[in-house]
Amino acid sequence: MTAEILLASLQISTPELILAIGALALLMIGVFSGDRSAPTVTGLAVAIMIAAGLWLVLVPVQGEAWGGAFILDPFSRFMKVIALVGSITAMVMTVGNARSEQLDRFEFPVLLLLATLGMMLLISANDLIALYLGLELMSLALYVVAAINRDSLRSTEAGLKYFVLGALSSGMLLYGMSLIYGFTGNTGLDNIAQVLTAETRSLGVVFGLVFILAGLAFKISAVPFHMWTPDVYEGAPTPVTAFFASGPKVAAMAVFVRVVTEAFMPVFADWQQVVVFISIASMLLGSFAAIGQKNIKRLMAYSSIGHMGYALVGLASGSQSGVSGVALYMLIYMVMTLGTFACIMAMRRKDGGAVENIEDLAGLSSTNPFMALVMTALMFSLAGIPPFAGFWAKWFVILPAIEAKLYALAIIGVVASVVGAYYYLRVIKVMWFDAATGEFGRISGELRLVFGLSGLFVTAYVLFGGPVGSAAEAAAKAFF
Amino acid sequence: MTDWPILSTVTFLPLVGVVLLLLTREDGPFGRRNILNVSLLTTVFTFVVSLFIWIGFDNANPGFQMVEKHEWMNTGIAYHLGVDGISMLFVILTTFLMPFCVLASWDSVEKRLKEYMIAFLLLEVVMIGVFVSLDIVLFYVFFEATLVPMFIIIGVWGGKDRVYASYKFFLYTLLGSVLMMVAIMAMYWQAGTTDITALLKYGFPAGLQTWLWLAFFASFAVKMPMWPVHTWLPDAHVQAPTAGSVILAGVMLKLGGYGFIRFSLAMFPLASDYFAPFVFTLSVLAIIYTSLVAMMQDDIKKLIAYSSVAHMGYVTMGIFAANQQGVQGAIFQMLSHGIVSGALFLCVGVIYDRLHTREIAAYGGLVNNMPKYAVAFMIFTMANVGLPGTSGFIGEFLTIIGVFRVNTWVALFAATGVILSASYALWLYRRVIFGALEKESLKSLLDLSTREKIVLYPLVILTIFFGVYPAPVFDATAASVDLLVNNYSAALQAAGKLALLVH
Repeated sequence: MTAEILLASLQISTPELILAIGALALLMIGVFSGDRSAPTVTGLAVAIMIAAGLWLVLVPVQGEAWGGAFILDPFSRFMKVIALVGSITAMVMTVGNARSEQLDRFEFPVLLLLATLGMMLLISANDLIALYLGLELMSLALYVVAAINRDSLRSTEAGLKYFVLGALSSGMLLYGMSLIYGFTGNTGLDNIAQVLTAETRSLGVVFGLVFILAGLAFKISAVPFHMWTPDVYEGAPTPVTAFFASGPKVAAMAVFVRVVTEAFMPVFADWQQVVVFISIASMLLGSFAAIGQKNIKRLMAYSSIGHMGYALVGLASGSQSGVSGVALYMLIYMVMTLGTFACIMAMRRKDGGAVENIEDLAGLSSTNPFMALVMTALMFSLAGIPPFAGFWAKWFVILPAIEAKLYALAIIGVVASVVGAYYYLRVIKVMWFDAATGEFGRISGELRLVFGLSGLFVTAYVLFGGPVGSAAEAAAKAFF
Repeated sequence: MTDWPILSTVTFLPLVGVVLLLLTREDGPFGRRNILNVSLLTTVFTFVVSLFIWIGFDNANPGFQMVEKHEWMNTGIAYHLGVDGISMLFVILTTFLMPFCVLASWDSVEKRLKEYMIAFLLLEVVMIGVFVSLDIVLFYVFFEATLVPMFIIIGVWGGKDRVYASYKFFLYTLLGSVLMMVAIMAMYWQAGTTDITALLKYGFPAGLQTWLWLAFFASFAVKMPMWPVHTWLPDAHVQAPTAGSVILAGVMLKLGGYGFIRFSLAMFPLASDYFAPFVFTLSVLAIIYTSLVAMMQDDIKKLIAYSSVAHMGYVTMGIFAANQQGVQGAIFQMLSHGIVSGALFLCVGVIYDRLHTREIAAYGGLVNNMPKYAVAFMIFTMANVGLPGTSGFIGEFLTIIGVFRVNTWVALFAATGVILSASYALWLYRRVIFGALEKESLKSLLDLSTREKIVLYPLVILTIFFGVYPAPVFDATAASVDLLVNNYSAALQAAGKLALLVH
């Protein structure tokens, strides 16, 4: 490898290098100064991620690096920025409640930083091996984070469950990859696409494809690989759940899109039926299973399952507008989720005890009108009611599905959204129509900032939706 | 015509009131007074500004006027506003009814007045938005957004079963609308645009028209509401606060009728023609069946709600008669019903504020101690029945003429509805107003207060004015309706010729 190529590769993967070196340095700081350095480490971790994000936005390099295993194209840039914003926000949100949630250890920010690095590598993976490495780096950090609250039975149970099921899905993913390698002789995504034609399509390739899709569907928690989601969301400490729901979902969806559109476009019909199936199943399960939930974190888990189903509607069309819809969907979904989790984290009684039942929000509109207003906007947005951002997210994924003549998928999707509206309305009902049962304590500044901004985003999206949509379109051009 | 974007101004003017309200505080009688004044001033001012739309409106121009167009979302969705003869008067109706809603809530809303007024002003924004949108996606956004404030209004300030009613209202109408959303997307891929002016010129293929028509029908029929998907309306009306009922009956039901004229009839003429007998059947069923149901109600608001469903039957019938009289009559009927049913709900509000019950049996003999109220209520009851000389007559008469030219049987059945509406409305009036004043609780009731007079008298004047001299309305609508009906018959003729060629 000549020096120029090496330099070019380094330049393309600078944000990842910043994160990797930063994580190692922070680990040193933490080890040598003990747990009291946790706030400093958290602050530095945020600074490192902001630096990586700024590099991504400001430095206009792009192309393949490291022998084609790593790629920085407009799509990965777009998704990386979203994932970074998600990680930064989730980390900032932990600050106020770190002590009471027993997250005030220096390992916590370091692990989140490593998970973020995993996401970035995953989004840029252009080779099955690189994909697997990125995925595992992200997942291993997340397994630990889920169980970080060692004294809590629920947290450890969540971590263990996540690990066991995650390991199973990694196994399936690897198995699928080995099949693909065996039948196409390549691990590079572009090379697979070049080899794959209608003639070389064999049962083995389809098998491998299905296993890969199963492994990835687990990471985005799409039905039928969603079982871990409600338990992990409920069991993990709330700041951790917020983190789970944001960046990792974006990264996994990005790699899902990249794998099917870049490597397997020649066998579009084969993966399209799989995507249509998991999309329908996720939307229906996400809507119906959420109806009976009492815990708001479990509710959000089912809601996320449903939302992944909607994002896949865009992918099922297999067109540029579809992929741009997915990118936009993930952006809007992440903002809504982070805002909602900021509200959930603000659900603390005056004595400091956190509550997480939907009923605990009763009468919020009279005790804390601002938070109730934001939460209302977020719930209407999650339900996909215009003019909120969630409507536009749904609009731009269902629109390409209609173009691809997937009418059944679109109609099931919109009808499921009506069912879904029922449980989002229930949250609103509890906040507005029911009498207050108790007040929440003072809400920390970071949380108010996060849910305030996210509320502003979903309501004011109609004002700046045009440029955001164009950015997503530009990102999707990378594949077509 | 000036360059001043008057439609945007009227649409978003209430937002100024919202901002002002957010700055006020709601404690003590002084804060309350402030909130009421701000809301009233905002709505009155919006109404006055909206009158300039009518003044500047060119009656002879059948196309869209006062058009504004800006880039908005990607994929060509534009912020495109404009009015024609069909939509212009609905804007005026909306802005006109809003001050009455504020006045009707003057004393009756006791808790969280600020949020209440904010919800109403937001509702005004989106309702006006529906009528002035010239981009179908923009239309859809406004159309759906009406659900949000109304859900809160019914749920927070409603009666005993408000939660059930608000859910039913929201989910019912949402289910209808999402199918329309899918249809709008299909139209976009077919025609390549979401611009209503372009879509009106685009001839959709006959097969697609059928599907699109059905999807739009699912949305508008629920909103209208037509029998048998009307069941959300009585619940919503009964539970909603007075002003909520006024807006629901006065404006929100018209969104469906407006949609039928603007989209179903104008864009899918072949399907409209094909489905017209189906619509006539449902309309006649609505007129006769819901009139009979109305007769059996014990609750005043429920009775008026069912009578609204019956009156909307005339509207759908007139629209799909698809001739000059039918469509003009339907528009007039909607405007008149907006005033009359709004006024009737305000009348109910008057006695509900005094006695806090809507049971018909709780009243009787009010003419003895509330003569002014009795007169106002009588005029609105007569208008509801469709007595000549009131605005209710014109609309019913024209729609029946319109449909008579198409199908005499439908006209015959619809005409029996007039008799039925007379029986339930007069019976209601007799039970509430006439008879001896025997009940102790009623004896101390006072007649209309100044505020109530200010609310009801202008509506009395308008009801009679438009009953005697409906020309201002017809002048404004004639050109646009003419164009619509001509395009409709031209499309049918073209399709007929094509069919002949094929055979």
